[in-house]
Amino acid sequence: MTRSNTKLALAAGILAVMAGQLAVVPGAAAEGNSALEEGKKLAFSRKKGNCLACHMIEGGTSPGNVGPPLIAMKARYPDRAKLRAQIWDASQANPDTAMVLFGRYQVLTEKEIDKVVDFIWSL
Amino acid sequence: MNKVIKSLVALALAGGVTMTAQASPEQDRAAFVKYYKDRFPEVPMEEYPNGVYAIDKVGRENWEAIEEFPPYEPFIDSGQEMWEKPFANGKTYKDCFPDGPAIAAKYPHWDKKKGMVVTLPLALNECRKANGEKPLKYKKGPINDLLAYIAYESRGQKIDVKIPEDDPRALEAYEKGKKFYFTRRGQLNFSCASCHLQNAGMRVRTEILSPSLGHVTHWPTYRSKWGTVGTLHRRFTGCNKNIRAKPFKAQGEQYRNLEYFLTYMSNGLKLNGPGSRK
Repeated sequence: MTRSNTKLALAAGILAVMAGQLAVVPGAAAEGNSALEEGKKLAFSRKKGNCLACHMIEGGTSPGNVGPPLIAMKARYPDRAKLRAQIWDASQANPDTAMVLFGRYQVLTEKEIDKVVDFIWSL
Repeated sequence: MNKVIKSLVALALAGGVTMTAQASPEQDRAAFVKYYKDRFPEVPMEEYPNGVYAIDKVGRENWEAIEEFPPYEPFIDSGQEMWEKPFANGKTYKDCFPDGPAIAAKYPHWDKKKGMVVTLPLALNECRKANGEKPLKYKKGPINDLLAYIAYESRGQKIDVKIPEDDPRALEAYEKGKKFYFTRRGQLNFSCASCHLQNAGMRVRTEILSPSLGHVTHWPTYRSKWGTVGTLHRRFTGCNKNIRAKPFKAQGEQYRNLEYFLTYMSNGLKLNGPGSRK
């Protein structure tokens, strides 16, 4: 392949990917968004996750500051499983934690935790 | 900032706020006071009886406005009537408490004969029973009126809880209260210390967590949330419910021992009850 051909192929590839996204993304995004919405609802609810009691979260009002702001979560937790473990039982990483042990003490169900993790990981 | 706080907590915990069983109550108290002094260096000791308003500037303005026309005043008046009105047998509270009504600083204390911590509400009911009157409820209702009057008359007295050395059960009761304070409980897994020591000054939603130093100086307290005055043990009950723990009985052993420990920690502070809180 010549240089210009490579460029053309690359451009075509990018276009194809973009087209593919255009075709695929709306459906997936809608599904993803509603799952994320559910996670957000659980995270914001005072009776459920109540994450806002201690953490600043974009879109949430009157957050507390006992815990760190929940931003750049994928950078802080490249491994989703580690974030889930933290939410499930924060005392494993820090025995003196002031964080509720959402999974271990069954404050949330496993399914609810998965939804909350998806939402938090999206921040 | 988080690192600083974490290392402070670690330091305080390592330095004795964990309070090993070997430490004397006086060592415990020194560690407790030092922890808050380090955490809030700008807050003078005499401010701690004002609770969260010692560290919450905005809340304090509202509180000072409320205190101009104190919502607990009618309860003081009605408590004075209760204090002065003779029982059916013609006697009054004064017959049980010759030094009354300004007796709040005498409580809680270790009662060697009974082998237990005696609090003021408990002593008031003992007096009633001894005079053929029905005991009052310990969380809500008229006991608060009586306590409000006694608290008001006792304002300015210094807390000076003693743990007598001639009865090892007194120290045991103190240790039990201390253990209660540091023990996590409830589905939310918090100890008193998780919020009011380790995270004092931080916000849960919009509420600033109050320091435990000074927690006991201003009871009964008119809470806007309650719309009336309530006892310290009513507040303990509410705190335990908040963390989804089963509350203990008001004036039961657990809360009396907790009051004994907490009040000892506040030794030297001045009583300023009744109080008002939002």
